[in-house]
Amino acid sequence: MEITKKIIEKHGLKESEFKKIKKLLKRNPNLLELGIFSAMWNEHCSYKSSRIHLKKLPTKSKNVIQGPGENAGVIDIGDNDAIVFKIESHNHPSYIEPYQGAATGVGGILRDVFTMGARPIALLNSIHFGSPDHYKTKSLLNGVVSGIGGYGNCIGIPTVAGETKFNETYNENILVNAMAVGHAKKNKIFYSKAKGLNKSVVYVGSKTGRDGIHGASMASAEFDKNTEEKKPTVQVGDPFTEKLLLEACLELMKDDSIIAIQDMGAAGLTSSSVEMASKGSLGIELDLEKVPCRENNMTPYEMMLSESQERMLIILEDGKENYAKDIFKKWDLDFVVIGKTTDTKKLVLKYNNEIKGEIPIEALALNAPIYDREWSKKDISKINLNLKNLKKINLLDSLIKILSSPNHSNKSWITNQYDQMVMCDTLQRSGSDAAIIRIHNKDKAIAVSVDSSANYCRSHPISGGKQIVCENWRNLISVGAKPIAITNCLNFGNPENKEVMGEFTECLQGIKEACEYLEYPVVSGNVSFYNGTNKKNIYPTPVIGGVGLISKISKPLNHNIKSNDNHIILVGKTFGHLEQSCFLKENYSIIDGMPPQVNLQNEKNNGEIILKLIGENLILSAHDISSGGLLVALSEMSIGTKFGIKIEKPKNLGSLSEYFFGEDQSRYLIEVDKNNLASIEKILKDNNIFFENIGITQNEYFEVVDEFKIKIKELYKINNEWYNKY
Amino acid sequence: MKSSVIVFPGSNCDRDIALALEKMQFKNSMVWHKETFLPKSDLIVIPGGFSYGDYLRSGAIAGKSLIIDEVIKAAKSGCLVLGICNGFQILTETGLLEGTLLRNKNLKFINRDVNIKVLNNKTNFTSKYEIGQILKINIAHNEGNYFTNSKHLEQLNKENLIAFKYCDENGNVNNQSNPNGAIENIAGIFNQKKNILGMMPHPERMIDKLISNTDGVNLFSSLIN
Repeated sequence: MEITKKIIEKHGLKESEFKKIKKLLKRNPNLLELGIFSAMWNEHCSYKSSRIHLKKLPTKSKNVIQGPGENAGVIDIGDNDAIVFKIESHNHPSYIEPYQGAATGVGGILRDVFTMGARPIALLNSIHFGSPDHYKTKSLLNGVVSGIGGYGNCIGIPTVAGETKFNETYNENILVNAMAVGHAKKNKIFYSKAKGLNKSVVYVGSKTGRDGIHGASMASAEFDKNTEEKKPTVQVGDPFTEKLLLEACLELMKDDSIIAIQDMGAAGLTSSSVEMASKGSLGIELDLEKVPCRENNMTPYEMMLSESQERMLIILEDGKENYAKDIFKKWDLDFVVIGKTTDTKKLVLKYNNEIKGEIPIEALALNAPIYDREWSKKDISKINLNLKNLKKINLLDSLIKILSSPNHSNKSWITNQYDQMVMCDTLQRSGSDAAIIRIHNKDKAIAVSVDSSANYCRSHPISGGKQIVCENWRNLISVGAKPIAITNCLNFGNPENKEVMGEFTECLQGIKEACEYLEYPVVSGNVSFYNGTNKKNIYPTPVIGGVGLISKISKPLNHNIKSNDNHIILVGKTFGHLEQSCFLKENYSIIDGMPPQVNLQNEKNNGEIILKLIGENLILSAHDISSGGLLVALSEMSIGTKFGIKIEKPKNLGSLSEYFFGEDQSRYLIEVDKNNLASIEKILKDNNIFFENIGITQNEYFEVVDEFKIKIKELYKINNEWYNKY
Repeated sequence: MKSSVIVFPGSNCDRDIALALEKMQFKNSMVWHKETFLPKSDLIVIPGGFSYGDYLRSGAIAGKSLIIDEVIKAAKSGCLVLGICNGFQILTETGLLEGTLLRNKNLKFINRDVNIKVLNNKTNFTSKYEIGQILKINIAHNEGNYFTNSKHLEQLNKENLIAFKYCDENGNVNNQSNPNGAIENIAGIFNQKKNILGMMPHPERMIDKLISNTDGVNLFSSLIN
């Protein structure tokens, strides 16, 4: 078959890239080889536009066991316990087929975690939809939520935290990011690096079908009017098989039969075999007629490019084949030796003893294109926002407007569809600043949270990048956890557009600065470019997933007020920054302006002092102040409890709206017992931390003195209406 | 007391229930579905999860598995059998309990803490509870909407075979306090001999104050006596 221009284009390869392939092979590729190059060189697998920027991120600390480059990141939490985690996007498939797209997103990220020898203990997600008024939003929301739940519930791993946001920028390109967190023994972590010659390469799991062929290439292009035609490239998930695969893999991992293991995710058999061989500087030879197939007459091309789910590739120690086979047989899973490692440093693909393709491994991996794409700095020439002459709105009306908006409404309509309790270690379920998961049979726990702020990132990418890291850090601190490391999912538009590339570069700059300052390294992640439709790019939406450690569990801390007659202290300084706030967006539809500034020094100092107070058992509840500002955060502490707060107005701040709705950073609210007030105030003063004693908890009513007084039940109702009516 | 937890492919609350049983001083064994021998047990538990991926119909394939013949034999000879969630669905599939579990009325998976009321405390499963006691227990299911024919329903009521009903925090049994559409708010039932209990709520999730409450403890302490 002749490789025509049209075929090259269909494989998403540029002409220059095709030339490079010919040069590397010293001949023309055949169709199978072209397909393999396109699978390995697309943006999704090769990180060709992002690689040079990602290198700048801090990836090390004394807790980091494995940084980016493996299936997932690994951190040390002491006592031979390690936490393995990663976040990944499944945006494009989820827009085309929301249930399966979201479900397989969860399945894929779980495999990344248990491939490394970890039992998954928590799932999180960050999902972004278009405007609620857009004709597709409702069905996408329904499909994605039931897809996430369908997979996690069935496999029996609790879905414990997440965020759901609506913005018209995602009207035709939703975001579905799934994060998985697992627990492993530090001395029992499995990697993907192949070692040794003539070792068996084993295929385990589901059979290979024709689903998802070129899925990764699809995820590396913008959508257009023919998007719907891409349905066949979406994979179909089977959480039941994944549960079997999980148990079988963990059973096999108990001894040392496995040399290397890699899940077949994006670009399936191709990327898994190439990655293992490349890391071990070896070759790999596969006999494709042995690949278990679901359908008849599958060609080597289809086998190599299928993205059928729930499959793994394992390189076994000599003589372990039968032992391993018995385990997979017990779980009714396929187990076939399909090849071996070689010293040729080539990927050799045979079908019935005939060589169908032969490519140097280096050409696919190390020699993949890397682009230093053109980028432009964000134009932040001041838009003159005149906030002086806005129509006056009273505090309560503004609060109600925000609490009843889609982005701030209570999300139990979503979270009630996820099993949050299975495995019986969920100390704090979703709805708080971060979820808390106990390490099984131990008295320590981890806290997890995912966060994003696309509006901030759009208006000022560097500040936005910093802010999301800080918000994530605050969320973990608010539940009493010491933040250890993050994973990031970088959702952006078309990298060939220099403004988009600029947003990417600058957001990353912000993330890097914050991570470095807070000693909060990045250990894994994923880049999703080409989010957009018909040349319209989404807002830059990096998502941060953080893991923190609670080394000794006492009582899990959340943001719910515990009793009446306690003091509420606002830690951190309020400047009243309203630009980019929910207040302006929900009340005046103003979306211009700069995001709040991030002062990393304050962030760190305030965070560390809160942790200290929690450590000394001086805090009854804590809450990070973020989107919506002070009054929204105060109301969140009350809603869902029987207790409200009597809040004093500030003595010397110009505008009430600025004080109560400004989104200044580095701030926390803490509830403290009267008897501890003096010692807390002393600690804060001694450490030069700015704070205000702003109110007292009380029964039943939420009020700002001289402004309004409302029943908590009423606020609860307002906050719970939107989803149930949508 | 000796207990056996039956493990099907796709069971996912097996570890949770085993932990609860051990914590409550049961000597527990895990029994794989392909076994044809059941260790001598005072209590058999069929745990929650998605046995066989819920394919065909939840509980349907598990209801025909190798070990299930042994479970049926033991149950018929009086051994105590507890089916939780998917376990309840499996028990109805085997015919050990009558009725069936339909899709939740709202057609969605539901996970939250609900209130249930104890209707009968004169059984091996519930003796440590008070009649009318309200428990807050977690539910997590797609198909928990219990349904049965009118003749059986009459029998359930007449012979006091309803173990738990969904209610509100004040004990009111009504539509608002019914999470899934179950007939007469039924959350759990006994067989006629009261040696088999099937229930949708998860008592094994409610034995640890740190993660929830301890409303499930008395179910296990009733059994151990």
